[in-house]
Parts: sequence; C-alpha cells; structure tokens
Amino acid sequence: MSGTLFDKLWDSHCIETDGDGASLLYVDRVVMHERTGAVALDSLARRRRSVRRPEHAFCVADHVVDTLPGRSDDTRVPGGRDFIVALRQGAASFGLRMFDVDDEDQGICHLVSAEQGIALPGLSLVCPDSHTCTLGALGTLAFGIGTSELEHALATSTLRAIKPATLRVSISGQLLGHATAKDLALTLISTHGVGGAGGAAVEFQGAGIDAMTLEQRMTLCNMAAEFGAATAVIAPDEVVFRQAALAPLAPKDAPIAGWRALRSDASARFDHDIAIDSAQVVPQVTWGTSPEQCGGLGDPIPSPKDAAARQALDYMGLEPGLPLASKPIDAAFIGSCTNARISDIRAAARVLKGHRVAAGVTAICVPGSKRVKRQAEAEGLDQVFKAAGFEWREPGCSMCFFAGGETFGAGKRVVTSTNRNFESRQGPGVRSHLTSPAVVAASAIHGRIALPDTA
Amino acid sequence: MKPLEIHKGVAAPLLQANVDTDAIMPSREMRRVSRSGLADGLFANWRYLDPERRIPDPDFILNRPERTGASILLGGPNFGCGSSREFAVWALAEFGIRVILAPGFNPVFQKNCVANGLLPAQAPLPAIRSLAAWSDRDPQRNRLTANVRTLKIEGSGKRIPFVIARGQRLRLLQGLDDIAMTDQRTAAIEAFERQRFAEQPWVCAWINRRA
Repeated sequence: MSGTLFDKLWDSHCIETDGDGASLLYVDRVVMHERTGAVALDSLARRRRSVRRPEHAFCVADHVVDTLPGRSDDTRVPGGRDFIVALRQGAASFGLRMFDVDDEDQGICHLVSAEQGIALPGLSLVCPDSHTCTLGALGTLAFGIGTSELEHALATSTLRAIKPATLRVSISGQLLGHATAKDLALTLISTHGVGGAGGAAVEFQGAGIDAMTLEQRMTLCNMAAEFGAATAVIAPDEVVFRQAALAPLAPKDAPIAGWRALRSDASARFDHDIAIDSAQVVPQVTWGTSPEQCGGLGDPIPSPKDAAARQALDYMGLEPGLPLASKPIDAAFIGSCTNARISDIRAAARVLKGHRVAAGVTAICVPGSKRVKRQAEAEGLDQVFKAAGFEWREPGCSMCFFAGGETFGAGKRVVTSTNRNFESRQGPGVRSHLTSPAVVAASAIHGRIALPDTA
Repeated sequence: MKPLEIHKGVAAPLLQANVDTDAIMPSREMRRVSRSGLADGLFANWRYLDPERRIPDPDFILNRPERTGASILLGGPNFGCGSSREFAVWALAEFGIRVILAPGFNPVFQKNCVANGLLPAQAPLPAIRSLAAWSDRDPQRNRLTANVRTLKIEGSGKRIPFVIARGQRLRLLQGLDDIAMTDQRTAAIEAFERQRFAEQPWVCAWINRRA
C-alpha cells in the first residue's frame, strides 16, 4: 500500500469512518495542562465518568505557574492557583500521573511529553493546546484539541475527526550562518500566510530535515500552529530513535523496525506541495502583530498593503521603510515550547558569554523544563545568563502570553523567542518581535534588534 | 447541546483576517475553572478602552447600539487562529453568538464551535462582504437567516450557500453529544484496542515502566 506518513499514522489509529466522513481515531496518550485540562476533569467528575485509560493520561502544571525561584502554588495570575489545585485534585481522584509545580521533571507540557517518552513514534497523542503539533517531530500523530474533545478523549480513548488534506513541505539545502529552524518556519509562514496550510496535515521532509537535530525539528513543527495546519509530522529517523530510547516511558525493546516504516512512500500522493530552500533562509524578526508579518533584520519594513497591516504598524509603533535592525528594545525574553530547549539555551549562552545586557533592558530566560534547566546548570550556562544580567527562572509557559500575571508594560518593545506576536499577547500594549534565541540574546546585549556578532 | 437548524439574527461584521483566540478571549479573562462567566471578557482588549475597569469603547462593533443583540458574526479568513482555548467559544456562546460566517477557520476553533452548538459556516469573502454591506444599512431590520438544513444564509433577498462538513452539520442539527455517540461504539473501540495491544504491546505504557 502506498501512502503518506500521515495516511499511515491515521490509518493505524482509525477505528472506523462513518458515511459522513467522520472517523473515530484511537488515542494512545492524553496530555493536559491546568489551563484547559482542569475544566475537563471537573466536567468528567460531574458526569460521573471515569478516565478510560488513566495510565495513558498525564497532567502537567505549566501555563499559569509562577516562574520565580522558590515558587509555590501562588501565582500572580488572577484565579491561577485554582487552576493548578483543580488539576492536581482531578489527577489525584482519577489516578493520573501529574508533573506538578515541584516535580523534578516538570516543564512545558510538549517538552515533558518528548522527554518522558509520553510521545513516541507511531503513537497518537492529544493535548488541549494548539502547539501539540510540536510532537509530530517524533513521528507522533499529535493533535491540539479543545476541552470538550479532551473530555471525550479521556472518557472514550478516542478522537472524532475528519481526515484533513495533506501538504508536503519539501525542504532542501541546509541552514547557514545564523539562520535557525525558527527562521525557516517564519520564512515559510510569511511566504504562504498564517492560513497557508489551509487546515491540512503538513509533512516536512527533504535533505533540510535530515540535516536537522530533533530539537530543530520540534521548533519547526511547533510553528505549524501558526501556519493553519491541522498538525505536522516528520518521518522519525535514527536521530529520533536514539532520543526516544532514553526516555523513562519508552519501551525497553524499542520497535525500531516498525518505527522505520513510518515514512511516506516514494509514490505517495499529497494533496498539496510546496518547497523551500534552507540555504536561502536568513534570520527573521517579525515587525507586525501576526507571525506572517516578518522579514530579515536588514529588510525595510514594507509599506502597509491593507488596513490590517496599517493597524499592525500603528500598534507596533513602526514606520515603513526603515529596517528593524537597530530599533531600540526594552526587554528580551527566551522561553516557550518553541525555543526553550537545551540547544536554544546553548545558542543564546554562546552569544551572551562575556557580555552584559544593555542598560535599561529587562532580560529573562525561562528554560522549557526542569530537565533543560538541570542540563544547562550542569554546563554552567545559568552562570553565563546571570553574569550577563538575565534573570534565570523556573520552567513554565511564563511570559509567552499574559495571563494577568507578569508583563513588560504597555508600549514596551520586546524581542522574544516565542511563537505569537498578537496584539497584547504578552500583556496589554506590549510590542512583541518574534525571532530566534540567538537574536534575542544579541539584541539584549546591544539594546537594539541585532544579529550575533560571530557565527 | 441545543440543536441548531435555523437561526435568524442581527449580524456584526469583523472582517479582518486572522482574528485570533487571544483577541476573542484574552488569557487573563479566564479566571475560573468553569465554562461560564466568560461573556464579560469577550474581545476585552477591543471592546473596552480600559479592560480592567471595563470602560466600553463605543466604536467597537459589538458596542454599537445598532448591533444590540448581535448573534451572527461575519468574519475574515483564518478566523479563530492561535490558541486552542475553548474558552473563546464558550465566551462567544454566552454572549449570544450562534453563527460565525467566515472564508476559513482554524481547525480546532471550528470543532470547538460545533461542540458547543455554534455554526461555523464557510463562504467566500466577497459573498460575506455583500451580506455585511446589506446588514450595515440597517442592522436591526436587515437580519440574516442561517439554515443548517439547506446550507444557505439569507439576506437582502439573496441566498448564499455555505459549507460545513457533513458530520458537523448532522451534529448541529441533532444537537448530539459526542461522548454519548461514542459510547454506542464501545464494542468497536474495545476490539480495536485489543488488536492494537496484541500486535504492538509496547503501546501500553505500563509495560514500559522501568523498575
């Protein structure tokens, strides 16, 4: 049978498809966080339903947890503590493993899923978070879902879904210089638009993918959430198998032969096809309020084509014509499920070593997980960040979004390694510029949007 | 879930592209572990001049007197993009929105709508613009009618076809509860699972736990 990777993953989980084209998919793993998971567990309890496979469902406290050292359940997010406590109580009453605030393996749920082996090649996984597609980098059939679907998945071990079209993104070449997987993703999104995938399941493939580390692939798949994709997948290879075999929940005898078959056949047909050359990608930074509104650091900000672009420039306090490079900044943030893995921390530390953050710039680093934080500290990277004038925090989603806790202040210009530059995403009036961790670090040092000095 | 077959109501155009769920329901407005108490925070950053003090912005479409009671949103491309938070749909529903007509939706947002009895109807932007123009002339009088059975939305004497997946249409018409529907398929799920575990025992996490 000839098929795409997505077809194979879908078919191997499809219990049945009704006459209206709706399929019932078997869900191998469920992951939830306190923000959207607590409501589902509460509803389930009210319905007097149980979790059908509690050993396959996991809870993570990440979204509204405080990230200051010495933290407790207290959070500056209004009502935030209630979400954490409700998830903990739900996890306890249903018998689910919880990566709680003080757990030594706590972190952002998608990082925890990969580190722990909750997500593995060939498994299906759902999580009520749009960036669940990050896990497609492992060859996992991963879907971000709503709270009602989460409740359904917990009660029945299934997901009701209509099979999306498939979109192949062929990536040739290798990333050069300071260009990263984040820049590749932003280039793709600016070329085709934030709705570019049109609801299709994206498969990234090609020599450009083969050359990437697992963490780079995760960054790329993560950003598929900003591309209008149903999800993203990458055929798992030795890079993934090595990593997956080390995870605590990975099988003792990994079914490597089966995992190797998880790839699109050469003759497989995709509904849509696009291509991009990694070698042409240059470091990107967003100038607007949508991830598609981005360009190279030295490119002039384009003249607004429509009302939305005018509104974006107005919000961002920018004029068309000038490049973003050299624009003064107020803050620098490294964190999120997009770019807070160990390779991201290392990339930023390389830039920061021996330098100081410019006067007047608030600089914060929130490692994506406790594992990432421990590894970074073992390598002495925390000292590099602290010596440079960065705050070194506890893991969580943190200031990727503003939940009423911490923000940078209205009108403040923030260079950030996160995924969304929507109006007020990082706090009322905050002006967010998305970019890679190395550019965030370089900009923090220079006090203005800047490339790292050396390769 | 309440079934939805025909809905007639006041329309409100919000035609810009990529209206995201952070705009629909800012994270800080999600203050309780609950599906309710959210309508007040709907579009808080746009609806209020000062979101904390709840001072309304008279220019925002849903605050204008002629849009009072609006229940049909006319949206732009990629409506509901961003976060998968169902709070956005709960807030829309609680505010009174029953129908959203847009050229395209984020896939999770669209499913969240159906799960809560809201119709996410897809139609080309020019057709939506023409409905918006007709509504603008006298929003309270020029109400739109969406018909889930005929897959048409009516206004200005025109009947504009819209698209929704067949399975989703049926769910809206019947007001079906997903879990109740799936409960009827328990035997099929169990059979599938038995076979999956037999063929690929590693899928069971408890087998993988190391001592």
